[in-house]
Amino acid sequence: MEVIFLGTDIVIYRTFEKSYDDNLILDDIDLEVHQGEVIVLVGPSGCGKSTMLRCINALEPIQGGEIKLNGEKIDPKNKNIAELRQKIGMVFQSYELFPHLTVLDNILLAPMKVQKRKKEEAEKEAMALLERVGLAEKAKSYPRQLSGGQKQRVAIVRALCMHPEILLFDEVTAALDPEMVREVLDVMLDLASQGRTMMIVTHEMQFAKAVADRVIFLNGGKIVEEGTPEEFFEHPKTDRAKQFLNTFEFHEAKTHVK
Amino acid sequence: MNWEFILKYLPMYEKAAWLTLRIGLLGIVFAIIVGFVCSTIQYYKVPVLRQIVAVYIELSRNTPLLVQLFFIYYGLPKIGIQTNAEACGVAGLAFLGGSYMAEAFRSGLEAIEPIQTESAYSLGMNRCQTMRYIILPQAMSISVPAFVANVIFLLKETSVFSAISLMDLMFTAKDLIGLYYKTTESLFLLVVFYLILLLPISILGSLLERRLRYAGFGA
Amino acid sequence: MPDLGLEVLLKGSNMLRLLQGLWVALRISLIAVVISIPSGLLFGVLMTRKNVVLKAIFRVYLEFIRIMPQLVLLFLFYFSTTRTFGWNLSGETASIIVFVLWGTAEMSDLVRGALISIPKHQYESSAALGLTKMQTYLYVIIPQAVRRLIPLSINLITRMIKTTSLILMIGVVEVLKVAQQIIEANRMSSPNAAFGIYLTVFLLYFIACWPISMLAKYLERKWR
Repeated sequence: MEVIFLGTDIVIYRTFEKSYDDNLILDDIDLEVHQGEVIVLVGPSGCGKSTMLRCINALEPIQGGEIKLNGEKIDPKNKNIAELRQKIGMVFQSYELFPHLTVLDNILLAPMKVQKRKKEEAEKEAMALLERVGLAEKAKSYPRQLSGGQKQRVAIVRALCMHPEILLFDEVTAALDPEMVREVLDVMLDLASQGRTMMIVTHEMQFAKAVADRVIFLNGGKIVEEGTPEEFFEHPKTDRAKQFLNTFEFHEAKTHVK
Repeated sequence: MNWEFILKYLPMYEKAAWLTLRIGLLGIVFAIIVGFVCSTIQYYKVPVLRQIVAVYIELSRNTPLLVQLFFIYYGLPKIGIQTNAEACGVAGLAFLGGSYMAEAFRSGLEAIEPIQTESAYSLGMNRCQTMRYIILPQAMSISVPAFVANVIFLLKETSVFSAISLMDLMFTAKDLIGLYYKTTESLFLLVVFYLILLLPISILGSLLERRLRYAGFGA
Repeated sequence: MPDLGLEVLLKGSNMLRLLQGLWVALRISLIAVVISIPSGLLFGVLMTRKNVVLKAIFRVYLEFIRIMPQLVLLFLFYFSTTRTFGWNLSGETASIIVFVLWGTAEMSDLVRGALISIPKHQYESSAALGLTKMQTYLYVIIPQAVRRLIPLSINLITRMIKTTSLILMIGVVEVLKVAQQIIEANRMSSPNAAFGIYLTVFLLYFIACWPISMLAKYLERKWR
């Protein structure tokens, strides 16, 4: 079942469905991502936004529709799925650095073993990227010696070093202490300004406003609303979106006393 | 304590200790192979083989080595499977130890969160690469304490080899007690030799365990 | 169908004799378990106390018992008591004593492990709620420790049962010895009895241990 086709130079998604048992998790999704576009997915927990990213990286099978990258179908059963995944970088909420490898080895593992690149060349790039996120001096450290924010920046560098065509961020600041959130978001803003294609799941609404070209609001596995950050945050069209945005507002508690 | 007696029979014990060590280590090597194969089958949930492995593990873990050895050594020849005592000892130890090793490896593999695998996949690694570079190195170091404990356990279990007339330490001690009634000396040597065999690896085991528990990677 | 020597089992009271032999083994391990568990609890709790001398002495005992093969312990006890004290212990009594010594050591180590596995903040949050030390142990620590302990102690029972196979070597007539006797007695009429009889003993041990292991596994999963 093909729902919508979003044409673009680089990334094409077609509508897809994803269900656990009889429970439809994602339904009637019709989305096209253009090169250089930054898409932010928002919505209440359980709305399917993380699942969507996982489907795009073929970490979960879909039961209907299709997902395409440059015309190539993304499917866990696809023979060349490992090759396709190289073009899709993903950063997880829990960092998922490999604890038995140093920061540098974490970054170099896939470029060397998967892409068979030369060590010197890959290392040069890795060091340049680490420098850029301010972690060059941590190259020989092990993940457990880093703070959460540092780990997450390393995870971003690890994804970048594979030269992906699109980057997926799955609630990457949700596990971080507030003062570390900023350092990770700054890296992402920097990437956006370089013209990277990104899809971001986040609960940081201020950040979403700043980074997004387009905001997509998911609810109950469906795209309920989409638009520019201004449209969505200032003038949400649906009640569901208004209600959702309202949960981020706090009203003066003390005025209600008495 | 009759030191003359001890010195006189020291070489006999030494020879017996080498036998224990040789058969023990050979059995442990096979146990590791069996355990590795079994845990791989379980990890990848290979149909049919997986059920066979499950039955084997229960049989092996819920029966004593001595009974397993009696069956292999005295029982199997009756249906035409003839082996010598040494091969039998190795086979028995591999049969017993295989399941213990499998459990040790399996708990190591299971300790790795599935999202580590996903993370490797998302970097474009295939199943093989993920296993080799991500899962195995981590799982191996997690199972080290259980692995060392199993090695000690299996070396201790070799003490029953005398029952299938292998001339190991127990056999020697029993022999000398029977022949010369030098009970104290024979038992003293027995204890000393088992300490020599088991103490170093036991100390190594507790050092490793402490290191892994308090430090982890990058210590 | 080759002759598997199974018909010997049906001859006379052979099967019954095997079962009686198994009962000897089971009885020894049950008696040892019943004594080991409370004494192990006692020593385990003592081990978490701060008395250095007590700890050091017990530590040596524990390590020695745990590092020696159980068969060596059986030999030590069986042969040296006769010699040193002139006691003439029956094999059965000697094995019960050895199993109790061994079981106590293992059990106390399990208790110690279960107690120190309770995270410190459990004590702290109990204190923060105003519970006394006694109440903390009674309502918070012990219930959690027991849940960790019970599956492990049940496993200790199966280890005991399996280890009883060794008492054959100090002359106790248990299931393996009975098996040997049956095979010997039927050497002429059923030359292949060794296969069938030892297979039966193998399965008997399995039937004795497997349900207990399953129970331990079930409890472990349920209480994790």
